[in-house]
Amino acid sequence: MIIRKLNSIKEKVGFTLLALCLLTVVAIIVIILGNILINGYSAISLEFLTQMPTDGMTKGGIFPAIVGTFFVTVITAIFSIPLGMSCAIYLNEYAKQNLFTRIIRISIRNLAGVPSIVYGLFGVVLFVQFLHLGTSILSAGLTLSLMTLPLTITASEEALKNIPNSFREGALALGATKWQSIRTNVLPYAIPGMLTGTILGLSRAAGETAPILFTGVAFYLPSLPKTVFDQFMALPYHLYIMATQHHSALDARPIAYGTAIVLIGLVFIMNLGAIILRYRLRKNRKE
Amino acid sequence: MENKIKNKLSLSKKIKEISIHGYFLFNALLVVAILLGIFALLVWSASPAFKEISIREFLFSGNWNPTSYVKESYGTVSMLVSTLLVTIGAMLFAVPISIGTAAFISDLASSRVREIAKPVIEILASIPSVVVGFLGITLVGPFIAKVFHLPDGLNAINGSILLGVMAMPTIISLTEDALKSVPKSYTEASLALGATKWQTIIKVRIPAASSGIVAAVMLGMGRAIGETMTVLMATGCASAMPTSITDSVRTLTSTIAIELGEVAYGSTHYYALFATGLALFLITFAVNMAAEIIFNKKPKL
Repeated sequence: MIIRKLNSIKEKVGFTLLALCLLTVVAIIVIILGNILINGYSAISLEFLTQMPTDGMTKGGIFPAIVGTFFVTVITAIFSIPLGMSCAIYLNEYAKQNLFTRIIRISIRNLAGVPSIVYGLFGVVLFVQFLHLGTSILSAGLTLSLMTLPLTITASEEALKNIPNSFREGALALGATKWQSIRTNVLPYAIPGMLTGTILGLSRAAGETAPILFTGVAFYLPSLPKTVFDQFMALPYHLYIMATQHHSALDARPIAYGTAIVLIGLVFIMNLGAIILRYRLRKNRKE
Repeated sequence: MENKIKNKLSLSKKIKEISIHGYFLFNALLVVAILLGIFALLVWSASPAFKEISIREFLFSGNWNPTSYVKESYGTVSMLVSTLLVTIGAMLFAVPISIGTAAFISDLASSRVREIAKPVIEILASIPSVVVGFLGITLVGPFIAKVFHLPDGLNAINGSILLGVMAMPTIISLTEDALKSVPKSYTEASLALGATKWQTIIKVRIPAASSGIVAAVMLGMGRAIGETMTVLMATGCASAMPTSITDSVRTLTSTIAIELGEVAYGSTHYYALFATGLALFLITFAVNMAAEIIFNKKPKL
């Protein structure tokens, strides 16, 4: 009797502890977002979003940083989407279960664990110096696309896995070749799911700083980039500069908070887009 | 005649099929090539450094002073210790909280709580590291300064707190996966023997998922070791051997981030930074491979 009572008390204490763990995590998120929003919302205005920085970057807007982040993310998408999706198609549709495939999978998992600054070093040697692309949007975008690749591949493969085998077999039974069956009966249904994962990968790329530090991002530029071979300003780097490198960091605080809001907002909008896409996809499938 | 056309068609079709197969294979191979390429280029860019620096100095000296007028020194020990200090500090609180959270979500939470909790944790994962670092300066730093009566709070504890927070989503979601894959029969057997739900979680489910959980912790640790912006912003980056947790520290990652922008191309210092990057790559690679091996090992019960 006593043991049972003791056990039930233990259980209650244990469950409370576990619930507290979850509450702690939620509290951390609320503190992070709340702090940024409370301190930064007053900085947000139309001018802030659409104007160049002025007065030694203590006033004015962050327009060039928004544009730069947009361009570099587009370049990232151009390179990482076809490569990532093709790799996923190979792994899910063509690859056999053997050592070779295992090596590819292990490589992908290890690429996912390579530190972002190491991608930056790789980008400096390969794109900036070896391929003579210089410090540019192109070099930075290529570096970021390599970094997002593992995420794109894993998510795309997940989407392909969700397509039932009967879809493939139906086409094959009618005499279609393997590629025809993939093109007509697999990809049309898998692509929205593949895009969802890709957008999540791109949103991470948009918020990254370390890989672009030495491959193309600039402290301050008087004009917007005109070609992909120009340097650019970017939101995450702008926030870093405003928070640490600025000669009067305290004067720049409001701008730093504002930049943080815009950066988080951008990442959230991309994530939300991906989630809506996933939701609509699920609904379509149910119908 | 008809037969011939058919044959011809099928031949061109065959070529098309093979080339498409080849195209996808090429893309998959490219991924392996990228990993090997990163390693090869790091080795290639790091090796000139060891013409000037002895490997012994690089690995065993704690003195990193590449711009000294008297004698430049390139010892990485203090950075290694800093990286370890900050990472272990992060894991000390991130691991228990993450495992607790994962256990709550997978075993106790109602499906409604779960549906809310999971996307909320995804939000944490999506917050850019530079934003976390910024909060290290504006929020965590002043707090630490107050608690420990320091002039400023940019030190190892600050870095640990931020890295722990950043590692949590990885550890939570992978631990949850591991708990989910524990066979139902284990749980049912334990409950049937009269164990409480709490005893089942602690004594059966978590041990049964242990290989997955350890792998999750290793991957979280790998992320913490390689994280750059948060430690760059929040740890103060003094390049001396840390003697206490309230010391300002400079990790491998932040050293590269600070110095690569200022160094002359082709100098020993430049190559030494790539050697540091190589060391970082090898450490995270080892941690990830260890996670992979542990994950593939089935737990003995």
